[in-house]
Amino acid sequence: MNGLRIWAIEAVKKALLEVQEYFRLCIAAFRGVFSRPFYFRDLIEQIDTIGLGSLTVVMLTGFFTGAVLALQSGMTLDQFGARPFVGRLISASMIKELGPVLTALMLAGRVGSGIAAELGSMVVTEQISALRALGTDPVRKLVVPRVLAGFIMCPILTVVADTVGLLGGWIIALTELRVSSGIYWSSVVEGLYIQDVYMGIIKPFFLGVVIVTIGCHVGLRTTGGTQGVGRSTTNAVVAASVVVLIVDFFVTRLLISILF
Amino acid sequence: MRAKSIADFGLPVELAEPHAPVVLFDKVNLSFDEKVILRDVTFDVRAGHTKIFLGASGAGKSTILKLMLGLLKPDSGTIWVLGHRVDTMNEAQLMGVRHHMGMVFQEGALFDSFTVGENVGYKLYEETRMPLEEVQQRVKEVLGFVGLESHSDKLPSALSGGQRRRVAIARAMAARPTLLLYDEATTGLDPMTALTVDSEVVKLRDLERVTSVLVTHQLRDAFYVATHEARRGSNGDIEIVEAGEDKIEQADFVMIREGRVSFEGTAGELRNSKDPYLQKFLS
Repeated sequence: MNGLRIWAIEAVKKALLEVQEYFRLCIAAFRGVFSRPFYFRDLIEQIDTIGLGSLTVVMLTGFFTGAVLALQSGMTLDQFGARPFVGRLISASMIKELGPVLTALMLAGRVGSGIAAELGSMVVTEQISALRALGTDPVRKLVVPRVLAGFIMCPILTVVADTVGLLGGWIIALTELRVSSGIYWSSVVEGLYIQDVYMGIIKPFFLGVVIVTIGCHVGLRTTGGTQGVGRSTTNAVVAASVVVLIVDFFVTRLLISILF
Repeated sequence: MRAKSIADFGLPVELAEPHAPVVLFDKVNLSFDEKVILRDVTFDVRAGHTKIFLGASGAGKSTILKLMLGLLKPDSGTIWVLGHRVDTMNEAQLMGVRHHMGMVFQEGALFDSFTVGENVGYKLYEETRMPLEEVQQRVKEVLGFVGLESHSDKLPSALSGGQRRRVAIARAMAARPTLLLYDEATTGLDPMTALTVDSEVVKLRDLERVTSVLVTHQLRDAFYVATHEARRGSNGDIEIVEAGEDKIEQADFVMIREGRVSFEGTAGELRNSKDPYLQKFLS
């Protein structure tokens, strides 16, 4: 019983330490954004890696989510004779919620894991120590460009996912549900309020930062050689995915209270 | 981003005395959790001299180098490097001191996504305002110094273990440091390759006037560095020869045993020591 108590105390201490270190990294990264030196070339590289590199997976996710939403909601709407409203349902779902969250989850899998693996490998091969020895602050060189790239690219990728999702829904509405293009697109527009669009655009800024900072934090705290790198990669994806859903809930709540 | 030139940091690069201490450890203690790593470690390193740390694996040798660089902080004691008390400095202040130091890591720690040339020129390109042409010229020069000029465009993964260590030495020396730290620079290399790396260490010390701190458990390499010197012949060729008495006196050995300094002296004193542990280590 005593052993269990000690184990629980140690686990809580460890968790609190992780949270403290995570916020310390976030503060250091935030400071790094507004002070010199700033590694602009690395920012461009990261925008390319995080943004353009994730385009295909985000487009595929958006397209098939929109398509399957149309298929499923078409069947349900038929029960009420409301099939022409399928566009309204897809636009509301995609733009307010599914677009930002699914894009963020895809980024957590692709970008979060990549960052954790890359930085973790650099830690275990002493490249991070070498950077410091060469007079470079690893937070400014490695974390800040990635955080900024995540902040910039996550909303852009979300807009792409939303657009492609609406196109996927349109193709299914046209070919499977026999809803005309005009009805579909007017329903899409009617189903949206400007507040919905704001919500769909604002949330990805938060989610992008969360994914990248978690990937960086987990990567930079890697220990235990190549096995440790594998562990960090898994931890980064799991942590980022769960935190994305939690942050999504709280930011949505906040935005609803502000916007509506 | 080329932020600052080395001179911008305003550090005392030229030390006032010819053999002034470049590094000073005073009663340094360090523990990780319950494990004591260093106990009351005290020593100094004089400008232009060589300090060689010997000891078994896990004795705390590499930790000493990390403390010098400010990568770790001691629990107690003071550490002076190039006239700065590094144990109380924050990361931003340490960056200034590190601009005058170089370190060769155990496995090289080369940036694996950069080419050899980019690795070597990294510090000059990213952390100084040196024009690109001058950086390229310096990269060519130091790669020539370690005999790898033709490998500039290769990735580190395409090099052998010995070549990687030599690139690591070239990277460490590119910004003309005052103090160079070598962490097991020859471990895991075959004797011939290790000798090549040792020669680079000797050349840097004697021809570039770099104060050297070596950590190793390879006695053969340690004695080679301590008892040889580099000279430039009249035809410009560099030759490694047996060192004279004065040069040998400038190389100090420090034996670290269970975190303590158990011996400090020259190569001769080390060989003649009656300490049973040292005799066992040397045998």
